[in-house]
Amino acid sequence: MASIGAIDSGSPRLSFAEKLWGINWGLILLLTVIACFGFAMLYSAANGALQPWAGKQMLRYAVSLALMLIVAIVDIRFWLRAAYVVFAIGFVLLVAVEVRGAIGMGAQRWIDLGIIQLQPSELMKVALVLALARYFHGLTIEEVGKPLRLIMPALLILTPAVLVLKQPDLGTAMMLLMSGGVVFFLAGVRLWKFGLVIGAGAAAMPFVWAHMKGYQRNRILTFLDPENDPQGAGYHILQSKIALGSGGVFGKGFLLGTQSHLNFLPEKQTDFIFTMLAEELGLIGGLALLTLYTLVFIYGFAIALRSHNHFGRLLGLGITVNFFLYVFINTAMVMGLIPVVGVPLPLISYGGTSMLTVMFGFGLLMSAYIHRDVRIGRFGESD
Amino acid sequence: MQRENQRSKLFTRRALLLAGGQTALLAALAGRMYYLQVTQSDRYTVLADENRINLRLLAPPRGRIIDRFGLPLATNTPNYRVVLVAEQAGEIDVTLDAIDQLIGLTEADRRRVQRDIKRKHSFVPVVVRANLTWDEMARIEVNVPELPGVMIEEGLSRTYPFAETAAHVLGYVAPVSEKELNGDPLLELPDFRIGKSGIEKQHDLELRGKAGTSQIETNAYGRVVRELARVEGTPGKEMVLTLDMALQDLAARRCAAEQSASCVVLDAFTGDVLALVSSPGFDPIAFGAGLTAVMWRDLTTNIRNPLSNKAISGTYSPGSTFKPMVALAGLESGLITPETVVSCPGSFFLGNTVFHCWRHGGHGGMNLRNAIKNSCDVFFYETARRLGIDRIAAMAKRFGLGSKLDFDLPGERPGNIPTRDWNLATYGVAWQLGETISAGIGQSKVTTTPLQLATMAARLITNRAVVPRLTRREGVMQPVGLQTAPDHPESLFPSLGIPPANLKLVVDGMTAVVNEQGGTAYGARIREAGLEMGGKSGTSQVRHISAAEREHGVRKTKDVPWKERDHALFISFAPVSSPRYVCAVVVEHGGESAGGGSAVAAPICRDVLREAQLRDPGRRVPDAEFVATRDDPAGPSARRS
Repeated sequence: MASIGAIDSGSPRLSFAEKLWGINWGLILLLTVIACFGFAMLYSAANGALQPWAGKQMLRYAVSLALMLIVAIVDIRFWLRAAYVVFAIGFVLLVAVEVRGAIGMGAQRWIDLGIIQLQPSELMKVALVLALARYFHGLTIEEVGKPLRLIMPALLILTPAVLVLKQPDLGTAMMLLMSGGVVFFLAGVRLWKFGLVIGAGAAAMPFVWAHMKGYQRNRILTFLDPENDPQGAGYHILQSKIALGSGGVFGKGFLLGTQSHLNFLPEKQTDFIFTMLAEELGLIGGLALLTLYTLVFIYGFAIALRSHNHFGRLLGLGITVNFFLYVFINTAMVMGLIPVVGVPLPLISYGGTSMLTVMFGFGLLMSAYIHRDVRIGRFGESD
Repeated sequence: MQRENQRSKLFTRRALLLAGGQTALLAALAGRMYYLQVTQSDRYTVLADENRINLRLLAPPRGRIIDRFGLPLATNTPNYRVVLVAEQAGEIDVTLDAIDQLIGLTEADRRRVQRDIKRKHSFVPVVVRANLTWDEMARIEVNVPELPGVMIEEGLSRTYPFAETAAHVLGYVAPVSEKELNGDPLLELPDFRIGKSGIEKQHDLELRGKAGTSQIETNAYGRVVRELARVEGTPGKEMVLTLDMALQDLAARRCAAEQSASCVVLDAFTGDVLALVSSPGFDPIAFGAGLTAVMWRDLTTNIRNPLSNKAISGTYSPGSTFKPMVALAGLESGLITPETVVSCPGSFFLGNTVFHCWRHGGHGGMNLRNAIKNSCDVFFYETARRLGIDRIAAMAKRFGLGSKLDFDLPGERPGNIPTRDWNLATYGVAWQLGETISAGIGQSKVTTTPLQLATMAARLITNRAVVPRLTRREGVMQPVGLQTAPDHPESLFPSLGIPPANLKLVVDGMTAVVNEQGGTAYGARIREAGLEMGGKSGTSQVRHISAAEREHGVRKTKDVPWKERDHALFISFAPVSSPRYVCAVVVEHGGESAGGGSAVAAPICRDVLREAQLRDPGRRVPDAEFVATRDDPAGPSARRS
């Protein structure tokens, strides 16, 4: 603690070279190795071809990596000040797709930007953490204890969550609620308040159930008993478990997965890509990937704990937990531990927005690392 | 500063809590992976294989049917058909429309496809149209990429090079009907055919063979990716018939000249059926392709009964062809002797009942030999009166009449040889002596099939319990020279135990029937020396001649409707010097005169037996020229036209 006091005296202005030096290259290597797993699996999903997925994914990774470096170098105070703006942009885009859907252009969840199709709901996951981190950065610990102070951040979570739920995208809505909740938790909101909200949520379940779409209810029912309807709704999860199980310890070999290559496995290039990996590379391959992810989580925790500003801490750990939730929900889903919700496996599943937002998030995490010693006032001014 | 520290501490505490939670969740993931990929791995491996590996049955080629010399009578020819797997096709109607555009489909085709789809297991292909021309096949093949679930399959269809000639012997194959499905998946294969009559039915299981299997890997849409393993099936067994197709052909043509007739030719030494004809015939190929309703109605309502094999299932009163039985019973009982003379005044009185001889003027004094030669009815009325029905029946049964011969075709009928016990048991009334008198000339309740008559003739000339057979277990006849001994063992059939002198007397009488002036079939004799035949004619009354008719003279045959005319029968053997071949012919409603059998049936026997001896199918192969023309599939039809 004493050492912190020594640096407290001023906010260092870092040179560009210092910033480059400060970039966590180990983390970048880790992310790249994970992304390479993805390239390999997309190559396999296309029966041993770069087209149509692997090649495009590599390009996206390169672009996202560049974006990440830029985001990392940008001063964290800028991100603090921009937090609400980013959130607002995300929110407007979210409303835009919602309005467009309402006026009859179809239930599109994305906006076509030419190079990528931007899914505002994906962007929202990072923007929400950013906005909440800023909000709680500005609160003292006493203020956090005041329920009225929690109305604003609760709205920050609930408004986009409801919009996403209306799309309807249950998976992303849950992600928003959970990653928002995590920032609340880290900010020091009392545990009984969480208990209250969870209790209220449980009480609201019958009401929610009544308002669910048929396919959403089916997914939950199917999760509870997937083998009840092997040709219908339970098909995906059953085939996924068969693929995993038949992979065994050492897997069937790269490019040799039968479940995936004979198309028994649905969505093998997106949501079910982990299944394909574990089928072809076995328990060993699956655990290796999970270990890589775990190393990323550890990096995230380390960075957040070493940050000397509350914003960086909240942001860093918010991003890390968000990333964890992505990984956990996706893998738990394909293993049949939780219902099938449309959550991709970050850095591996084919998809532009997911890649972009995940790397944007890591950019923010690295910015928090590079600027870990910057002291930030309640409203972003350096003191 | 204090507050900031407090906040930082709280954050760190909660971050560690989160880290703990995440570790627990990650451990859960790892545990789940271990459970799925190690503990449950075997189970899921099986499921994965079940997913991708399909077992497909390979229909075995149906066994050929060939004649005694190896001439193919039923074979398989390749055909192309377009099949549809409903589960892969998506919208069935759309797919059928597309096929319709290419090769044209009838409404009936569409209905059948829809019905079959409901009937068959999923992923079993259903035939959309079979027997495609090369052109049609190519048109579908080119468009297969746009037609999901549609495939061209090459199959085998059953063909009968001789068409109608041996239709009743061979039978036919046809699609499996609903109630024939017994769970054997082979029966569910598209256009699988099973035997429905004749040899095809009798030996269906042998002819079918054993199905092979092909392990194929399919993707989630059921498309075949590759074949993993293949177990070839066993082709159906080849059946060798005793038929001599050249003789069969001649007999069929001779019978076809009559409205409705049947003919059986046997090698009396071996029991081999050399020819077995029932006319009119039918086209067996039409059944395999599927009959139209009109064709079926025509076949079933035709009064000449083309679908019935009259040679084994037609039962006729044997008429005078039964007289040898009465004669042998008489001789064996001692109630008549070769010297016994009965005077024939043209009629026979039993109490007040008159039994007429076919010759109104009578034959005068008749001994046995002459009674057979002239077919004198009165002689046999008297013999039958002395014997009683039971003695006659006992003799007839020794010659194979009145019961089935366990013949190798479905539909054989036993005919009937009445006894007093039988009559009492069946009708509850005592047998009348008058009936015995009628039975003496093969009328009354005596009925026989043409096959039984031929068998009787074979037993007459061999004194052995000859049993006709249709299949040669020993295979195709090996070509042997004329000088080589016949390939039959002398003791093939057990002896009947008839005193040879008695048989000789009867056979001698039958020789006289054909070869002596005044014999009833003298007109139908074979003139070539050494080939002469012996025989016995018969006329089988179909209607009862009423007293009124007899009063005014029996109506002329041409005034009687065809269906009411008498049947003409003839049994025969050749050569008379050392009899070997026998032939029985029944021409339904062919009795044009009192000597009906002699006039209509005997000439058929003459031609067939003459040919049989010239060809001598018991010993040598037919000349190569005949075989050559028949091997050519265009042969028979080309010859017919």
